[in-house]
Amino acid sequence: MSCWDTVQDYALRSIGIGERLLPRDDFTLCKQVVLIGSGMIWNVYFGVLALSMGFFLAVALAMGKAARRTVLRKPSEWFIFLFRGSPLFIQFFFAYFVFLSLKGRSAIFDPFTAAWAGALVVLFFNTAAYSGEIFYGALRAIPRGDMEAAEAYGLTGWTRFRRITFPTMLRLAWPAYTNEAIFLFHATTLVFFTGFPAWQQRGDALYYASYFADRTFNPFVPYPILALYFIGLTLCIAALFGKASRRLNRHLPAERRRKMSLRPNFLR
Amino acid sequence: MLLLLAVTAPTALLFGFGGAIAARARVLPVRWLGRAYIAIVRGVPDIAFFLFFVIALDQGIEWVRHQALCPDWTLPVRQGSDFVVCAAAKMPSSNAPQWVHEVYGFAIAVVTFAIVFGAFAANVLHGAMMAVPRAQIETAEAYGMSRAQAFRRIVVPQMWVYALPGLSNLWMVLIKATPLLFLLGIEDVVYWARELGGTKTPQFTDYPHGDWRMWYFLALLVFYLGLTRVSEIALDRLMARLTFGQAVAR
Repeated sequence: MSCWDTVQDYALRSIGIGERLLPRDDFTLCKQVVLIGSGMIWNVYFGVLALSMGFFLAVALAMGKAARRTVLRKPSEWFIFLFRGSPLFIQFFFAYFVFLSLKGRSAIFDPFTAAWAGALVVLFFNTAAYSGEIFYGALRAIPRGDMEAAEAYGLTGWTRFRRITFPTMLRLAWPAYTNEAIFLFHATTLVFFTGFPAWQQRGDALYYASYFADRTFNPFVPYPILALYFIGLTLCIAALFGKASRRLNRHLPAERRRKMSLRPNFLR
Repeated sequence: MLLLLAVTAPTALLFGFGGAIAARARVLPVRWLGRAYIAIVRGVPDIAFFLFFVIALDQGIEWVRHQALCPDWTLPVRQGSDFVVCAAAKMPSSNAPQWVHEVYGFAIAVVTFAIVFGAFAANVLHGAMMAVPRAQIETAEAYGMSRAQAFRRIVVPQMWVYALPGLSNLWMVLIKATPLLFLLGIEDVVYWARELGGTKTPQFTDYPHGDWRMWYFLALLVFYLGLTRVSEIALDRLMARLTFGQAVAR
């Protein structure tokens, strides 16, 4: 069996297209690379969707936390505290069992016991809370002069938010938000190691990597492959966000543009 | 689990210290080693590292013992899908009591955590060492201290203030990473929450109940929230104490 056959059989295995059975013997390097790469589809799916939906909730949370009205501030503060203060791992478990018991009550919750929807909800809330805190910090760091200038121009309410507050906030928060995006993608590997079952063995990259490690009892092949995939993914995200950052900062003189630096961030 | 926190935090700090020193060493290969250690661990999901190191460390130790104890063993160590070492090299030996196996597994988990979090700590400490004002080191040189002396007497005592925000962040992360212990095959709170919470029928137990796992995990969630909240307050206090009288912009 040539490597191309393997690609045809397993490249889309993680979404259920191709060979039904996972390889049981003769674990060639090609099979491992293809199958783990196929699992990356799920990591990208979770990461991209959670990030793009979470962005809007995060902005809302940041505005809420910075609001003067207690009715708006308290819920946002609690939401952020709840999701930032507890381990994502436990959140996954808890959410899974909540959905499982809700499933008995109503059929609406059926999809949420599967990873594609249930885990997505958890990741969505989680990234919203983390980025909400980042945006909140940026909101507090907006130079006073900018707001005063906006007032002097007679900008108020929605117009001021759209033209001054929001772009400045985004610009200030961007380096930290890039880190958050990278580590969200890393966090997607947790999904299939919590309660959520991998239906018909359609798992993510780490699921397949640990499958190979279990079968061959040799961790020195699948995990480095996984590592290479993730380093590639990280570089892609960094490049994309760097591009966006250049666009956000395009009005600033060159020497005032802060260099995008990827600083450490941590798992949650 | 709390034991893990207590043991891992200092070990990780030690690893981090080593990494930070290596990253700013003058010998080029050592510096590369330090930098690579920090970069690789940060670029890859840490859960992958946890899964990897547990097997890798176990096999590494057995392989070394195999080489040392059974020199006249001719078969290859990797036979297809098996990892075979001679009986004397088994670690812990197969006739050891159960608690030895558990302690050994726990020790490997601690080392794994220390390796991963050591890289994060190394990064924080490296930044903190760079943040110590240059003038302080120049003054030390003016007093005739050698590089090592200046490092020991000036840089290390002063860097903690700069390192503390990062380290407190790390501590939070460490707290939140402890449930991952479950993945390393150790019977921790997550394991018991799953086992005890599951549906119990009257046939097998004196205390039948439905599926309580949801409530067990809710309790865990609240427990972790409390833990992070308490350490947040404690670290804030510590920070206020350390920066007292220091010219640090906050």
